[in-house]
Order: sequence, then structure tokens, then C-alpha cells
Amino acid sequence: MRNKYSVFSLIKNALSYHENWQRAWKDPAPKKEYDAVIVGGGGHGLATAYYLAKKHNMNNIAVVEKGWIGGGNTGRNTTIIRSNYLWDASAGLYDHALKIWEGLSQELNYNVMFSQRGVMNLAHNLQDVRDLKRRTHANRLNGIDAVYLSTEEVKKFCPIINTSPDIRYPVLGGTLQRRAGTARHDAVAWGYARGADAMGVDIIQNCEVKGIKRNGDSVEGIETTKGFIKTKKVGVVAAGHSSVIANMAGLRLPLESKPLQALVSEPVKPIIDTVVMSNAVHAYVSQSDKGELVIGAGTDDYVSYTQKGSHQIVEGTLNAILELYPIFSRMRMLRQWGGIVDICPDASPILSKTSIKGLYFNCGWGTGGFKATPGSGDLFAHTIANDEPHKLNAAFNLNRFVSGDLVDEHGAAAVAH
Amino acid sequence: MFLINCPYCGERDQQEFKAGGEAHIERPKQPTELSDDEWAEYLFMRKNIKGVQFERWNHAHGCRKWFNIVRDTSNDEIKAIYKMGEKPPSQ
Repeated sequence: MRNKYSVFSLIKNALSYHENWQRAWKDPAPKKEYDAVIVGGGGHGLATAYYLAKKHNMNNIAVVEKGWIGGGNTGRNTTIIRSNYLWDASAGLYDHALKIWEGLSQELNYNVMFSQRGVMNLAHNLQDVRDLKRRTHANRLNGIDAVYLSTEEVKKFCPIINTSPDIRYPVLGGTLQRRAGTARHDAVAWGYARGADAMGVDIIQNCEVKGIKRNGDSVEGIETTKGFIKTKKVGVVAAGHSSVIANMAGLRLPLESKPLQALVSEPVKPIIDTVVMSNAVHAYVSQSDKGELVIGAGTDDYVSYTQKGSHQIVEGTLNAILELYPIFSRMRMLRQWGGIVDICPDASPILSKTSIKGLYFNCGWGTGGFKATPGSGDLFAHTIANDEPHKLNAAFNLNRFVSGDLVDEHGAAAVAH
Repeated sequence: MFLINCPYCGERDQQEFKAGGEAHIERPKQPTELSDDEWAEYLFMRKNIKGVQFERWNHAHGCRKWFNIVRDTSNDEIKAIYKMGEKPPSQ
């Protein structure tokens, strides 16, 4: 039985010096066979397992993770959550996720620190202005809250922005989604892991997949560093390493894996109470509850699995940040890191069945997967359990690259991926 | 970030170059006869290898010439560089 987190459990455990907290999840050895196995213990994979158990009564399932849960891109992103996408299919997908975020802490009994502080996207040239206005209208038609702000309104909403007309990329306006915001990334992985574990899901860490066993066109199981696991359904949620797993099954995916960098500053007093994204110059900034500025940069243009990135990418982002926020000129940076993001040609994800029966892929989230974590898990669980996509992820199938029915968010999304 | 030995200009910083993706993807000889599956394969599907990969690069801020690189994507180590039209070295 899983103990509930509450103010009473906090007081009770404080009296015993916090030494007797129940384990949040077990550390089981893999069983010989499962009804389904999820490959990848990041937020999306753990959420998939959670919803498989909760909504589809599949409790004899496992999540296998080659490292530790939440140690990949879940722990490396800049935690921005928003749903202001242009196309109907994307709007449906990301707003589904945002609606789940709004009740997630209560549902999981785990504080994911979801903070609807608003996300502002800046326009720096006339084309940006036109694109952002168009996107604002599209959002409102899809029932997503969005407003267009003038330069003065941008300044009023976030006073530290330099709105002087003579900077290299002047602020000509922006959009604001007030329901958008941030969440604590680690807590999302831990909360889903704890919830899934309580329903009987085995979370197996330090267990790398080495092969996918097929019998003709069906999946029979997976070879791992902890032995063979028999299963008829494999859901792959391996982000940057999706192509590596696909190659094991003899599949090719339309993905390229590239380093995406982020960095945080030393902690300071509250100075920016929203999230500001500037797509044209690849500068994304918010402030964590610890006080660090959380800064996102752009991707490198070459394929790499090194979880590092090029210095000039960070330099370019910091140049833009300094021009937009002169107040940060003497701020010191504390840490910098990279994650490997799997980018689709149309910059939209793949949540899909494949040509192999029982093999499903959830990948291609590129630079913006964190925001979709709960929705992605929910819809992927539906796809695996029913062997059919949910109507919200039907457009995000693999076959769109053959039919040409792409969800082309590349130039249209709030972020130029 | 790494150094690239341009076959025309010599060793330069990687930021002078533009990555051009997977090499040796041949343009279909009879485009009109291609099925949708074959077009998808040609246009979108990539090996995206973790390990030794053959790729095209362009010295965008230098001689602006294209050439090929054999690079290990797991550690960014460059194994070989050869000009366009030359035969790729065997691994």
C-alpha cells in the first residue's frame, strides 16, 4: 500500500528525522514476461506506463531504462509548458497535455510545481509580427488562450526587457499565453514513476535494450543487459536514441538526433516572473524557484549523440539575452549541458504504430517534448492498449511521411525548432 | 565543437562549416517512376547512426566547397575526410 503524501505525513516523518519515508518506487528484477514493455524511463515513458495501468488496466507491464529514470532529456530541458501551436492537430495534442498538467499534482499526489506564470513569445521583425498574429487567431479558434501584445504591453508585462527601437533585433510585439508556464522536470518523472509503481508497474533501471526479437512481422520480446524479456507489445520512448532502437528492429525513422543546449546562472532574487521566448534569436529565459535563470539555446546542425554542443551556440544565445536584458550583463553562468533531441522533418512528433505488429514508437519531439509529457503518455498508452491511435494523435503517424500529410510546424510553431 | 580539416583550406574551427546531413543518398534516376514509399525513403528516412557515419559538410564561411566526412557521432571524432566524387574509404 502506498502512503499518501500530506502535511500530516510530513509532520510524522519530521519527528523521525525524515529517515523512515517509504520508498517511492521499488527496484525489481525483470520478470520473464510482461503484457507490454516501455523502452525509456523518461517522463513520456513513465507517463505511458502510468496511463496504461490506470486507464487500460494493464498492470503486468515494465519500463526499462538504460540509465536512471528522468536522467535523459527529462532532466535536461528548460521546463517550458505551452500549447500555442498553429495547426489544429498540434493544438489538439498540446492543449490536451496542458489540460492534464492543470490537475497533475493532485492526481499524482506529487507536487510537480506546475506554475502558470505565462509564456511570452517575442516578434523581432515584420514577418514575426504577421506570423504571431496569425497564430494568435488560430489559437483562439481552437479554444486556446492567446493574446497579441504591442511593444508597450510587452514592456509592461516584463519590465526588464529592452524595448529600445535601435537594438539589433528590436521587440516589435509578442504573444502571451497566460495558462502556459513551467513545472519541476524531475518531479514529473518521479511522480509518474511513483504512481505507476503503486499500480504494479515494474520500473527497471540500468537495463539497456540490446535487441528486438521478431517473429516474422510481430514482436516477441527484447534482449536487454538484464536478459531476455518476453512481450508482445513494445512501446519505444527513447528520444534521441529512437533511431538506434529502430535499427535493431530493422526499421528506419525520419529522424536526426542533434545536441540541444541549456544553461543556468547563479541564483539571484526574483527578477523575471514569466517565461520569455525569442525564436528569431534562439533565446529562451525563465527563472527557477531556486533563483537561477534557466536559459535555452538552439540546436547544433550536425548529428551527434555526445550530449555536448558547440560553444558558439551558447555564445549566440547569450549575445541575444544580453541585448534583450542588459540587466543580466554581469550575471555569471553556473552550469551548461546538452541533451540529444530527435528532430522530425516537419518538427512534429511521431506517436504511431509501425509496420511490425506490437512495436510502437513515441519519438520526434525534437526541442519541445517536455510540455507534452502527460498528453503524450496518455495518448501513447491508448495507442498501445487498443492497437489504434486516439483521434488526437492520429495525425502524428509514421505514414504521414509517405502520404505527404505532414504537420508542418517547422516555421509555424511558436518556436523555430 | 571540433576542428575540421577542409580538403581545400586546411584545419579550421567547426563553426565555419555547415553540416549537410547523411552522405551518399543518391537522387532517384527515374523520379517519375518512384512510388510514394520510395519517395518517403529518399526524402525523409535517415540512418541517424550512433557510431561511424558518412556525411556531407560545406565550408560555408571559407571556400564554400562541399566535401565528405566520416565521423563517429558517439564522440564527434573525425575518421576520414574526402572530396565529393571520391570513393568513400572502407571502414
